[in-house]
Amino acid sequence: MTGTGDGRTAPAGDVIGYRRDEGAHPPYLYPDYVGTRRRAPDRPLVVVPHTLSEITGPLYGHSSIGELDHDLTRQHAGEPLGQRIIVHGRVLDGDGRPVPDALIEVWQANAAGRYAHEVDDHPAPLDPNFSGAGRCLTGSDGRFEFITIKPGAYPWKNHPNAWRPAHIHLSIFGRAFVTRLVTQMYFPGDPLFDQDPIFNSVRDPRARARLVSTFDPERTVPEWALAYRFDIVLRGRDATPMEA
Amino acid sequence: MPGITPSQTVGPFFHVALPAYAGPELVAPDVPGAVRIEGVLRDGAGEPVPDGMVEVWQAHPSGRYDHPEDPRTDLPLTPGFTGFGRCGTDAQGRFAFVTLKPGCVPGPGGSMQAPHIEVAVFGRGLLKQLFTRLYFPDEAKANAADPVLALVPAEQRHTLVAAAGEGVLRFDITLQGPDQTAFFDV
Ligand SMILES: [Fe+3]
Repeated sequence: MTGTGDGRTAPAGDVIGYRRDEGAHPPYLYPDYVGTRRRAPDRPLVVVPHTLSEITGPLYGHSSIGELDHDLTRQHAGEPLGQRIIVHGRVLDGDGRPVPDALIEVWQANAAGRYAHEVDDHPAPLDPNFSGAGRCLTGSDGRFEFITIKPGAYPWKNHPNAWRPAHIHLSIFGRAFVTRLVTQMYFPGDPLFDQDPIFNSVRDPRARARLVSTFDPERTVPEWALAYRFDIVLRGRDATPMEA
Repeated sequence: MPGITPSQTVGPFFHVALPAYAGPELVAPDVPGAVRIEGVLRDGAGEPVPDGMVEVWQAHPSGRYDHPEDPRTDLPLTPGFTGFGRCGTDAQGRFAFVTLKPGCVPGPGGSMQAPHIEVAVFGRGLLKQLFTRLYFPDEAKANAADPVLALVPAEQRHTLVAAAGEGVLRFDITLQGPDQTAFFDV
């Protein structure tokens, strides 16, 4: 992987790629989740090698993050309603190494289960003190932390009396376009898991369990906040360059 | 080895957080060489997808990526240009980007890739993002030699080449059905 100085002849194209899906991800077509039926591709995906285009991706610096961007409870004049929580964890690669400077963006419903979004018509109150969006970068040890309120469950129209378990949406940029991950973090013991096709679209129960945060008594702050831990593991790197 | 974290759908409410942070204009529209790309995201019934999100990632006009793993540091980077953008679709399923045309990027085995833009599609009903690429219509020769395009079944290859329009490139994305865009297992 060395450059020759001429972009048109360089052998820089032989790169070390990232390992393929290890069976953790949900399928594109999961009919219980009605939205997949018309949106899942029905032609086989084309297997392509990783090139410089796949192993690179946008990188972010700490200058791009505001000091309070990670604190969803301090974006307005007053405090939002709800149970204040600390959500923290680490971003790791598939070999267990921390991923520093990874941008994490989060969004969520308020304590009543309503998004501050024009399309959300769930008849629950909006909270003027809660927008429900935040971002942060991981530190050199891969650690991140958000302060927020516990989101409420909310109804949707997938099936009769369908409710989403409480969740926080997370979007993570690793080092490469192909390690980009959008996922959802759930809360332990949620009684709504069994009827939720989005959660259950992850077929491997061990993989599904990795979507559930753990209650973290060590990080709770007395008389102020409960805490949940959620580690995020991105794809690991191949050992050798891909075959041409 | 820890197991990887599964993907989940971006859902319909990502607008509260995502497109605001990195938008659809990778350069200002009045920058010399700015290219406008427009498209419609459609589902398997041919209906526009009003709650999708498209992300793009590309090399600079020199062909270099703004990333430490691109070793060709002698190639210039364009100041202020990252190569990343994203756009939520509107009620008619439309998305649009303004960018600079990327240069050529080396591929495996000493090959050279045609200028292209990496594209990822997210949306409600997509449990994981879909990957594809946009190629340029004025690069017929380079496209014919491109090592990735060559892996796409011939009858689907045209879905990855944008169409030249009046001052814009058109790049529609169809998720399912006979007109389905070729998507990648990367
Ligand atoms: Fe949600």
